[in-house]
Amino acid sequence: MTEPLSRRRLLALGAAGAGGLALAGCDKLNGTPAFRSLLESAEDAHRGSQRLLGGGMLAPEFALADLSPDFRANGSRTAATNADWARHAAAGFTQWQLRVDGLVLRPLDLSLERLRSLPQRTQITRHDCVEGWSAIGQWTGPQLGGILKTAGLLPAARYIVFHCADNFGGGAPYYESIDLLDAFHPQTILAHAMNGAPLGVEHGAPIRLRVERQLGYKQAKFVTRIEARSSLAGLYGGKGGFWEDRADYAWYAGI
Amino acid sequence: MAEDEAQPVATAAAPRGGDRVRRHRLSTRLWHWTNLVAITIMLMSGLMIFNAHPRLYWGKFGANPDHPWLEVSDHAGRGTLRIGSHSFDTTGLIGAATDAHGEVQAQAFPGWMTIPSTYSLADARLWHLAFAWLLACALAAYLLWSLANGHIRRDLHMTRTEWSPRHILADVADHARLRFPTGAAALRYNVLQKLAYCAVLFGLIPLAIGTGLTMSPAFNSVAPWLLELFGGRQSARSLHFLAALGLVLFVAVHLAMVVLAGPINEVRSMITGWYRLPGERKASIGQEHPSHD
Repeated sequence: MTEPLSRRRLLALGAAGAGGLALAGCDKLNGTPAFRSLLESAEDAHRGSQRLLGGGMLAPEFALADLSPDFRANGSRTAATNADWARHAAAGFTQWQLRVDGLVLRPLDLSLERLRSLPQRTQITRHDCVEGWSAIGQWTGPQLGGILKTAGLLPAARYIVFHCADNFGGGAPYYESIDLLDAFHPQTILAHAMNGAPLGVEHGAPIRLRVERQLGYKQAKFVTRIEARSSLAGLYGGKGGFWEDRADYAWYAGI
Repeated sequence: MAEDEAQPVATAAAPRGGDRVRRHRLSTRLWHWTNLVAITIMLMSGLMIFNAHPRLYWGKFGANPDHPWLEVSDHAGRGTLRIGSHSFDTTGLIGAATDAHGEVQAQAFPGWMTIPSTYSLADARLWHLAFAWLLACALAAYLLWSLANGHIRRDLHMTRTEWSPRHILADVADHARLRFPTGAAALRYNVLQKLAYCAVLFGLIPLAIGTGLTMSPAFNSVAPWLLELFGGRQSARSLHFLAALGLVLFVAVHLAMVVLAGPINEVRSMITGWYRLPGERKASIGQEHPSHD
């Protein structure tokens, strides 16, 4: 009776050993630059395939009955460490202005009142955090595309960067970037209202970006400046966004 | 018909116990081992992604203020798994487990189950979303290849006789007594095998891929009907997790069956394609093991 037992034991030990080796192997591969860049090339495949299939298609929109009863605020809940933002917040953002510059013909300074007076889009959409949760909210604001047309993009412009007043957990300020296809997408808006009320501080007052076909970390809050650029290199960590620089999240967050 | 399965090589007559026969086509063998890699990596990286938000919901939305139907939590080193109104203490396995350095880690699935082994949502997504291409492309290629070479029609298609409850019950009884087919009968998938393989090929893996795509906000704009089909993004996320659980259960039973049916003969046939037919069952008592390799 010892023979089958020892064989079984051997098999079990072998399986455990192989499992352990495989796991250590995965961790090792995870740290190998060549393998990582192979995995990262899938990001291009995601972007390419989704752009090919989706083009300018709209993200699903929902009904008022679908709204999350309590929309979870995430990331920075305030930008109070930024003295300028705190001063404007205390004054109800009446003197606040959004700067639009970089590779544009006509740099703009837009007050909140001006942003509210532009043609508005209201949309009820789902916000998907990279962690896996979702919340449905109603957003109102001018389309980014219209503002960029007013400013006049120079031919070299390839990316639109959103500079924010918050710095999550201290250190570098928050920022995000999108390409021109998303920038001129009809659902890409600068939301100053949420669920029919002025955008709350915890959700990024006075304005936050809504770029509806991407994950939550792209929806920059506390936006103070919009910059058109030809490249993301040389800007902070060079990966095009706060979480992209800090935690290696994918720049294209459509999946 | 060079690739035809189940052709005896030794003689032109019906194959008998002990004969070496070709059992698995190249397409089946390639897909099998590709899947071993792809599904293992998908599962382990998926568990790490789950760790980022260890709660599952039904419906279109679902976040911390909302009620999850499944939740993994940690309270002062005690891990708890709650499903509906039932709570289970899962300390040591789920919710709170001791890591390789002897420290208690408060995360849903412990490091030995996840890729990477220490918390990184970004890296887990990198692996998961890259290997998803391998899983989906391999499935599509295998389905097309199997349609073309007759594998689906000949080996997986369930005949009317096989669908009869009596036939299925008889096969369940045979499995329960660990009486596996011998001789030429071992060349054909039995009805439970067909049901299990079809459930994986046409059910669980397509469900995992479909629900996975439904979680992509950009893909929602391409195919919003997927959201309707699965009942919203958070339902799709729940179904994605359940599909993965189904695949884990399949693999557990599959491995048990391979071990019981003679692991060396079975694994060799999935590598080389060649299978030695189990001998006919004799009347003597010592002859219960179906394979002797």
